[in-house]
Amino acid sequence: MTLVDVDEVALEGARARIDHQTRVAHLMGAVPEGVAPGRLSTATTVSPVAEATVVIEAITERFDLKAALLNEVGTRTKPGTVLVTNTSSIPVDDLAAYPPRPEELVGTHFMNPPYLIRTVEVVRGARTAPRTLNALQDLLDVLRRASVVVADTPGFVTSRLLHPMINDAVRVVQEGTASAEDVDSLMVGCLGHRTGPLRTADLIGLDNLVDSLRVLHERTGDERCRPCDLLLEKVAAGDLGRKSGRGFFTYERTEQLS
Amino acid sequence: MTAPTHESQGHRGIVTELITFLESRTRASWGEDVDLFATGGLSSMFAMELVVHLERTHGVSIRGGDLRLDNFRTVRTMADLVLRLRTDGATDG
Ligand SMILES: NC(=O)c1ccc[n+]([C@@H]2O[C@H](COP(=O)([O-])OP(=O)(O)OC[C@H]3O[C@@H](n4cnc5c(N)ncnc54)[C@H](O)[C@@H]3O)[C@@H](O)[C@H]2O)c1
Repeated sequence: MTLVDVDEVALEGARARIDHQTRVAHLMGAVPEGVAPGRLSTATTVSPVAEATVVIEAITERFDLKAALLNEVGTRTKPGTVLVTNTSSIPVDDLAAYPPRPEELVGTHFMNPPYLIRTVEVVRGARTAPRTLNALQDLLDVLRRASVVVADTPGFVTSRLLHPMINDAVRVVQEGTASAEDVDSLMVGCLGHRTGPLRTADLIGLDNLVDSLRVLHERTGDERCRPCDLLLEKVAAGDLGRKSGRGFFTYERTEQLS
Repeated sequence: MTAPTHESQGHRGIVTELITFLESRTRASWGEDVDLFATGGLSSMFAMELVVHLERTHGVSIRGGDLRLDNFRTVRTMADLVLRLRTDGATDG
């Protein structure tokens, strides 16, 4: 397994994060018996993709960045390599215009935290070949992940439903109807959600949430998806949620790693 | 580092320290045998904070088969775990 990132700091921290997350997974009983950990190498350029059987792109949720990277990666992989884009909202077929063999591209939407959540939303683009989808299913089987395949549309199913709802929850806080704590308490205590919308926003990362809402707003015209002011203010202030230690709530160092 | 002050503690000392830690983190009071993760209690994700806290404060390393939620379910089971790991560490050299 090779992890590629343009940010060296992210790569330096990766081993400690993976070690920490593996221990959390053990604690939660989410690690199968008798499986040895894989070997991780890291790189700051995409050249290792020439040797890969599957490449999963999971960079920042911006169309131009993903399009450029998928073009570069797609020209360097061997024919037959499965190319996966992990995106919250961007339609896969829009990205399929960039790699030279669009039939090898398929979408996934792993849920956060991916080492604990077992179901993955899979997106089949108009040009995704059946053998690409089958190869992805084989990979998900090895990872012991269940999947649901959906059609290609902005936000697919989960982000289309969840992200405008979270945006509304932030507006409720912004308008002073209730505190973040109280909004979450109601959604958990009254409506049976496992995690409240504002803690979920912090877990996703408020910057990523804004990017995803922008994609949804631009592509659907739905005003509910326009990122609300409080969300934009938090991102501008560097309060990105769990990963930065503060968003709607504050987080200990250990929680930032999870 | 706080490790040296706690490393020599027995069961009672560990229990007291853990209850103080839990009360400061949760702003609620906890008994030695209360199931921390039962309904209305702490989230199971909090267990990882307990792991890290035990390692930092009590000078043990919790790995492999010991990473089970049941070991962190009550203050007493955590104190038992710390004492056992210290003894194992001592006999294993
Ligand atoms: N955060 C979530 O809960 C979540 C859930 C499902 C899907 N996603 C999607 O997964 C993707 C990643 O999300 P994230 O939250 O991990 O984002 P993030 O901002 O935390 O991490 C993105 C990483 O990509 C790196 N990067 C940017 N451009 C690059 C390039 N050209 N080459 C190599 N690396 C590059 C950045 O340095 C950064 O480390 C996004 O498309 C997001 O929508 C996120």
